[in-house]
Amino acid sequence: MSDEEAPREPSWKSLLRGVFAPATDALTEIGTLADLAGRSLLWAFRPPYRGQVFLAQLEFVGVQSVFLVGLVGLFTGMVFAVQTVYGFRRFGAENLVGGVVALSLSREMAPVLTAIMVAARAGSGMAAELGNMRSSEQIDALETMAVSPIQYLLVPRIVAGTVMVPVLALLFFLVGVGGAWIVGVQGLALDPGVFADKIRTLLKPDDLLQGLIKAVVFGFAVSLIACRHGFYASGGAVGVGQATTRAVVWAVVGVFVLDYALTTVLTPVA
Amino acid sequence: MSPAAPHVVVDRLVKRYGERTVLHGVDLTINRAETLVIIGGSGAGKSTLVRHLIALERPTSGRILIGGTDIASLSDVELAVARRRFGMVFQKYALFDSMTCFENVAFPLREQTRLKEKEVRERVLAKLRDLGVEHAAQLTPAQISGGMAKRVGIARALVLEPELLIYDEPTSGLDPVTSRTVDDLIEEMRERFAVTSVIITHDMVSAFDIADQLAMLIKGRVVAQGPPGEVLTSAHEDVQRFIRSSGVEASRLEKRRRRTPAAELAARFAAEAPVGHPPP
Ligand SMILES: Nc1ncnc2c1ncn2[C@@H]1O[C@H](COP(=O)(O)OP(=O)(O)OP(=O)(O)O)[C@@H](O)[C@H]1O
Ligand SMILES: [Mg+2]
Repeated sequence: MSDEEAPREPSWKSLLRGVFAPATDALTEIGTLADLAGRSLLWAFRPPYRGQVFLAQLEFVGVQSVFLVGLVGLFTGMVFAVQTVYGFRRFGAENLVGGVVALSLSREMAPVLTAIMVAARAGSGMAAELGNMRSSEQIDALETMAVSPIQYLLVPRIVAGTVMVPVLALLFFLVGVGGAWIVGVQGLALDPGVFADKIRTLLKPDDLLQGLIKAVVFGFAVSLIACRHGFYASGGAVGVGQATTRAVVWAVVGVFVLDYALTTVLTPVA
Repeated sequence: MSPAAPHVVVDRLVKRYGERTVLHGVDLTINRAETLVIIGGSGAGKSTLVRHLIALERPTSGRILIGGTDIASLSDVELAVARRRFGMVFQKYALFDSMTCFENVAFPLREQTRLKEKEVRERVLAKLRDLGVEHAAQLTPAQISGGMAKRVGIARALVLEPELLIYDEPTSGLDPVTSRTVDDLIEEMRERFAVTSVIITHDMVSAFDIADQLAMLIKGRVVAQGPPGEVLTSAHEDVQRFIRSSGVEASRLEKRRRRTPAAELAARFAAEAPVGHPPP
């Protein structure tokens, strides 16, 4: 349109910038997330506290995910039982199946898969809703009415994610063990007494604790990333669609990266 | 703030998005109880300009003074306090679609005042009635027409009776009769509370009718500014083209109503409430 928009000349500077773009982009992104997390934390402790708004998010993230998480937990437990029985039969270790399933569910499967389900269901919903609110100026309207959008919109979502993912992961674990029991004991004729006994002897409180710690961190990360993409969405309906996709993709990637980091820190293998 | 000092001053405001300059040094002065109407082509930067007035955008350079204070210098908390005295009608309504229309209009009252629920109810219904949309109170924004949404948006901006009201195309999408009702409301707010208004509009009839000052923005520059009569007869080529294209004859435009001069309203208001607005 105007003279300011002349095409940029290629130069050494822009070439270098292009090469380092992925690295600087990643750093900027981490900065954005840290900034948003910090501001949310500050606002979380400032009055007014809006109970209703928070309850609505607990409902959305938690209650509405119960069925889905339960379903995925059930099938994960069942598949795991079949696979473990099949594998362990080769060296006559079928009696370990209950314990092994419970161990892997509590340390890995429950927190990781729950977080992924929450990212897919609640995270996409958060990003789409916030993105829509951004593009229809609702976030600006909040600001104009002297209400902090971070406090009003982000804090309840991030807190709800952080609180609900561990609860859902626990549910996932319990239903998953139940599913393994059904398949192993009812279907594949494992001994119920041994199945239960191996869970008792192999599963330590530490295992459950590690699962819960992971779930808390994943819940925080997933909702923070979802909020970030929705909150800073731009470019109308197309932009909101892209923001939603990015929210889910990066939340899931984030879960796996954090999972590795947390596992190395929390698991004394060396 | 003394009644003589301007309420809003825009001082050499420049706004760039990346490489692209949207506002090239805009200067404006608006006195208390005056109505400034901004006209100009699509994409001229009108919305961007008014968004600066309530600190939704940060200037690239230049200043915005409200009541003598540079709003860019305010902290988050100070800004929140200052914003209680602003209201804005958004171009795209910006109603919260998770709430009913009633809750939308009640929102600023519930957030910023300690009014009893009964009083909130009365005020909200009264505003909805003023705008002829009380039957939409229990509907959500998705269930009402664009024109109704616009009116609910206006009700929400007016309900706190702020000192500075910004309207981004309040009458676009409204039928002519409703548009005049909105003009009347804007005037009424001015007469009752000495409200300073900034209005973006493409409606030349209403622009001429309610403006103390008219400013024409073209490609990020104010090309003409002054009392409507002067601007309409300005020799500036862009201004003349704009007015010819608007389909109204400049010679036939006239003020329909008797208006109390801004200075008189401001003085009366300052005498009644020397420290600004009495808390609602
Ligand atoms: N956040 C942004 N990032 C980049 N460019 C922007 C942004 N906001 C506005 N612009 C650009 O600024 C210019 C002015 O936009 P603005 O919305 O202020 O126009 P307007 O005068 O209100 O137009 P209309 O009458 O159509 O509402 C447009 O060209 C727009 O593309
Ligand atoms: Mg606009």
